[in-house]
Amino acid sequence: MFNWLEKHPLFLGIVIFLFVSFAWIVTILPNFAEMARPTVGTKPYTVLELAGRGVYIKDSCNACHSQMIRPFKSETDRYGIYSLSGEYAYDRPSLWGSKRTGPDLLRVGNYRTTDWHENHMLNPTSVVTGSIMPKYPHMFKNLADIDTAWAEAETVRKVFSVPYNEPLIQKDGTYQSVKLASTIEEAKADALAEAKLVASDMKTKSVIDAIERGEIPEIVALIAYMNSLK
Amino acid sequence: MGTRALEYDYTVSKWFLITTIILGIVGLLIGVIIALEMAYPELNNLFGEYGTFGRLKVLHTNTIIYGFVLSGVFSSWYYIAQHVLKVSLHESPFLQIMAKVHYFTYLLVIVLALISLLLGISTSKEYSEFEWPIDIFVVIFWLSWGIGISGLIGIRREKSLYISIWYFMATFLVVTALYLFNNMSIPTYFITGTGAWYHSVSVYAGSNDAMIQWWFGNNMVEFILTIPIIAMIYYFLPKEAGQAVYSYKLSLLSFWTLIFVYFLAGGHNLIYSTVPDWVQTVGSLFSIVLILPSWGNAINMLLTMKGEWQQLQTNQLIKFMVMASTFYMFSTLEGSIQAIKSVNALAHFTDWIPGHVHNGALGWDGFMIIAAAFHMAPRIFKREIYSKKLMNIQFWTQTVGIVLYFSSMWIAGITQGMMWRATDQYGNLAHSFIDTVIMIHPYFVIRSIGGVLYLVGFLFFTYNFYKTITLGRRLEYYELKNTSPMATI
Repeated sequence: MFNWLEKHPLFLGIVIFLFVSFAWIVTILPNFAEMARPTVGTKPYTVLELAGRGVYIKDSCNACHSQMIRPFKSETDRYGIYSLSGEYAYDRPSLWGSKRTGPDLLRVGNYRTTDWHENHMLNPTSVVTGSIMPKYPHMFKNLADIDTAWAEAETVRKVFSVPYNEPLIQKDGTYQSVKLASTIEEAKADALAEAKLVASDMKTKSVIDAIERGEIPEIVALIAYMNSLK
Repeated sequence: MGTRALEYDYTVSKWFLITTIILGIVGLLIGVIIALEMAYPELNNLFGEYGTFGRLKVLHTNTIIYGFVLSGVFSSWYYIAQHVLKVSLHESPFLQIMAKVHYFTYLLVIVLALISLLLGISTSKEYSEFEWPIDIFVVIFWLSWGIGISGLIGIRREKSLYISIWYFMATFLVVTALYLFNNMSIPTYFITGTGAWYHSVSVYAGSNDAMIQWWFGNNMVEFILTIPIIAMIYYFLPKEAGQAVYSYKLSLLSFWTLIFVYFLAGGHNLIYSTVPDWVQTVGSLFSIVLILPSWGNAINMLLTMKGEWQQLQTNQLIKFMVMASTFYMFSTLEGSIQAIKSVNALAHFTDWIPGHVHNGALGWDGFMIIAAAFHMAPRIFKREIYSKKLMNIQFWTQTVGIVLYFSSMWIAGITQGMMWRATDQYGNLAHSFIDTVIMIHPYFVIRSIGGVLYLVGFLFFTYNFYKTITLGRRLEYYELKNTSPMATI
């Protein structure tokens, strides 16, 4: 058979394709729908948080930080309860990472504050002696891209029916919803209001001034995203 | 007419060869910079936001994988295919044009990719960071390569396809599917008319997205960093050594097992994550099985040298290829060990993983591409290699570099993994995270030295290559016919 295939490239190609397709069909498809289901209490990101997630991706934070807590005591002691599949249901793309040059960040919102992040991003060694993380002063100057973040939220709402503006049941039995404005102007106003809350805990003058002017620096969006990771 | 030798058309092969060397230098240099940044973090802020580890890391992986390795593969394809299919590109003006389209769209992708990644425009999908506009050009260059493959196979004189051609075909077919499925995304601008026009959002979410990402990541490593490299060694080693491949049956067995098993092994990247348990077990199990075809190929290569081992002393090129096969054996064994669940629990997220990757990338891919360049250069440029002594110096400099690299990362990874899980007598964690970072600092320094040595070796290679094509002794036709221009020392 193989001798024959060697002389018939078209069939050789087809057989190669069948060989490889088999494996991914049997491993990826069976649990596809089940893995996409959100856990109770998981909410979609707000526009400001998505903008922060954009900053996280832009500077490849995922190259050094994972968002995946494995089910070992040493990990749950350090980072909090292990990951559940449904917690990632609104992560497009997922940011699990494959390397921990720095610690895991999946539940960083539980144990770090806005103030801590502000100091840390400006100068990591000021809060963690011996840290090898770069400084990120440019995040205090660059403005967050709220337009693209809103476009992303609106896209996933339209295309994948991500439940914005819908009551979602929480772990304590109450219902909460995440607001997504229908126009970009309204969305920007909402993001600014949210940014003001974050910035009220910050002390860098240029950031406070920018917020006063109605601009949102990247750092504010990033911290909003960090605080949402719980 | 029938007896006259074919006049091969090496134009595009030559362009890709030079591109390989340039991108090799760029990729390795960025690699050295980020290795130094990990040891000396103040270097991160030398170039504002564009010099931080995060931005440069993506640039490094993409330049090496899709720049250095892929152009080496393409260069070898345009060389090997004409030889083993017994046709020349001269015979088909259409295929000649397609080859040029292939080269220039590829070059465009590389330039766009370098700029966009430096600006932070990225999908964040590991090894697949390009946003959708670049993906479109990727599809164009990839398909024009595909047309080239089918075209050359279509007009071939040699009816039986040599082993290398199976591997090139598999590369083309499988990467097409991988790339398309992994990069499925919706451009947000077209849905909403707002925001950045190049931005897109993945069609997969959460655990599914991670599974697709690693289904791609795992098999991309296979079908760009291994399968076409095997195609190269199956041609260049027997040709250079003047020996037939040791066992045809072993190569058959290895080929079919490799492409079948590799996809099932993809789950080993996601052990103890939130993908189903059985997927993790399948991944772990088949990663062990993977030793069979990997070692099958490597042993087949090494045994091709049976009875001819003295060539190691006389032919520098053989040395590179034998070392490449050896590193292939090392890294596949290491990979299988890391896929065992209990080992993975320790190794995952540590520096042992980049150590493993570089074992393969520097030792196996790097050495094989360098060997291919040294084999092709005398035949493409009709000149003798400028300095064989320099090749020897390069070989040892780079080998020492790789050994320093993987041994330091091995120690760093296991040290950090052990420290993360260490507990005191009451069961509390013994170390804070930063303790474990400070502990491995010396290994980061050693790794940088390893990287610098490899880069220096590569610069020797570049110098030697440049001198060869400009100053090397012109070779006569008969010298190129049978024996290798390398054989005299």
